[in-house]
Amino acid sequence: MTVLKSVAILGGSPTDIVIEKDTIASIGPTTKPGVDCSGLVALPGLVDLHTHLRQPGFEASETVLSGSRSGAAGGYTALFAMANTMPVADTASVVEQVLDLGQRAGYVQVQPIGAVTKGLAGTELAALGSMARSKAGVRVFSDDGMCVYDPAIMLQALQFVKQIGGVLAQHAQEPRLTEGAQMNDSALATELGLTGWPSVAEESIIARDALLAEKTGARLHICHLTTAGAVDVVRWAKKRGIFITAEVTPHHLLLTEELVRSYDPIYKVNPPLRQVEDTVALQEALVDGTIDIVGTDHAPHSEEKKDCEWENAAFGMVGLENAASVVQQVMLDRGASWNDVARVLSSKPAEIGGLSNQGRLEVGAEANITLIDPSASREITRQSHSASTNNPFNGYTLPGQVVHTLFRGGFTVQDAKVVERD
Amino acid sequence: MRHLVSIADLNLDEATYLLDNAQELSRINEREVKKLPALTGKTVVNLFYENSTRTRISFEIAATRLSADLINFSASTSSLSKGESLKDTAQTLEALGADAIVVRHPMSGAAHQLAHRGWISSSIINAGDGAHEHPTQALLDALTIRQQLGAGSDLRGLRVLIVGDIRHSRVARSNVLLLKLLGASVEVAGPATLIPEGIDCMGASVSDSFDESLGRNPDVVMMLRVQRERMQGHFMPSEREYQQMWGLSRERLKRVRQDAMILHPGPMNRGFEISSEAADDPRSAVLQQVQNGVAVRMAVLHELLAGDKS
Repeated sequence: MTVLKSVAILGGSPTDIVIEKDTIASIGPTTKPGVDCSGLVALPGLVDLHTHLRQPGFEASETVLSGSRSGAAGGYTALFAMANTMPVADTASVVEQVLDLGQRAGYVQVQPIGAVTKGLAGTELAALGSMARSKAGVRVFSDDGMCVYDPAIMLQALQFVKQIGGVLAQHAQEPRLTEGAQMNDSALATELGLTGWPSVAEESIIARDALLAEKTGARLHICHLTTAGAVDVVRWAKKRGIFITAEVTPHHLLLTEELVRSYDPIYKVNPPLRQVEDTVALQEALVDGTIDIVGTDHAPHSEEKKDCEWENAAFGMVGLENAASVVQQVMLDRGASWNDVARVLSSKPAEIGGLSNQGRLEVGAEANITLIDPSASREITRQSHSASTNNPFNGYTLPGQVVHTLFRGGFTVQDAKVVERD
Repeated sequence: MRHLVSIADLNLDEATYLLDNAQELSRINEREVKKLPALTGKTVVNLFYENSTRTRISFEIAATRLSADLINFSASTSSLSKGESLKDTAQTLEALGADAIVVRHPMSGAAHQLAHRGWISSSIINAGDGAHEHPTQALLDALTIRQQLGAGSDLRGLRVLIVGDIRHSRVARSNVLLLKLLGASVEVAGPATLIPEGIDCMGASVSDSFDESLGRNPDVVMMLRVQRERMQGHFMPSEREYQQMWGLSRERLKRVRQDAMILHPGPMNRGFEISSEAADDPRSAVLQQVQNGVAVRMAVLHELLAGDKS
């Protein structure tokens, strides 16, 4: 039995949480002794719908174990592992392998995402049905990193995914409009001589796919929105009653293209960092619910992939250990509540991804809990539990510190330290 | 000055100082013995990831005229083609004693990274990086204009028209920045597909017609080299159409003011972006540009290797 004493659930008045084995047994004042959590806010364990764990295939950048530890340190109890591994997670055997690696690591629930198309090539559907029926029980399908650009393939994929009861998470990037793209298409791109990635390449795919989702009645999730225009398209689609959800990353909420002036590839990411007006639109949309969730797009890369020419460098940033802090800053500053923070970081991503055991902090639920000290202020460094250090927030000061993470009733993080397992 | 990566790093005084020195150094061309001992014992490396015979030779002559030791390191003949990283190559060159590295690279930002990523401490001279900048080209163009048209040390009041593929041109970017800094007004003209987003934010006005631009009587017409392979795709329907709309033809040459200058960074595509008549016209200063290239690069090398580094 574990008792969390004087904890502010979703920022409410202090109370106690009693955990028996892996379940929340009771919530309310108790005389039982336990862990003093005064000053800490409890959220349902965080759920990331968008993590690149890199295994199998890219173990120099991250493994399921190192990524799980990084996730736990960031307050996560569930990570959806993207399919762009080597081999690609486009068959039952690969997703089962990832599931197994996650269970053996034991720090978070690792839920594999299946590829939409074979080898992420965009031309033939992957084994969607067998991945859904596998032990991994895949419900989220994505070619993330690549756009399902062919409208006929997209239509068929949506029909399939609807029948399975899943969701298709689209990386919205019209490939012909982004050939060789290196950064946001803007006056700055012109000044720096880097090929631009225009907003319309994102917005046109979202609009197209919203209409395809409407036609099929399937659920569509848009990964990493980055532009004010994309927010408008999603708002329009939701008003129309289309089953569409949208995600934003911590980096797109706070960082802008100005950072690219350094030509330091730590700021190279796909889709690219945009302008201040875009970050403001994304922040507002997150608070008003147009954007449903924050997904990290945690994308670790080994040192040499970033310590080179901008155009030769890999796209991507790590994000698991800053996400809660960024969301705390962005949402609370805009008058949102811890309830809203829990919605975008836990309950809603769990719901979209179909994990009924996650995202709930209530009696009878699985004890997945994140405890944050909101008054802490921390300087972000390149130190992390990830195997990679490509953190664009390096040097920033952000609010909030994950003090404890409980996964299925056990501490994976205690007193801000990742618990070592045998 | 420690590096010359971008014109944006220069203020008016620094740019003027470099041009004044280049003007002085250009006289050495006229002497019997074309050599000064200023950089004796200094080592300059030409690190070229892109073929560019003229720029490389120009730096080579500039360095040797100042008595520096010069090493050529080019992509086709070295470890660069064996996949060595930019960082490792730069650190190797520095370990071999390079005081200055002149870098030409197909990727934008490569020179900036060598200067500012903390990999090495040698002086970096950008000899052209991707579509970003080619600062010594802009300096030699400015020197050429100044010699002919400049009333004082700056280019205040002059009108410069740059025509062609602005999008992919580092020459255009460096020129827009430097000409604006020196007080000239700059207009760029070319097919809409080759005018990059937001070029006006760098200080250039944009024209949709070469003929209308000529009607505004520019003091300088700068023609950019156009890569023919870009003419068969979505940038332009055909070479012929480009030539008709944006080439400095015999007919258009008649409309260029008698006291104006025609510049081209070379190598020229005669008969395409520039007619032979225009290239060989007395108003064309193409060879003067080449000569000034050596003088400007001498001034830059001297400033970085013998000047005040603060």
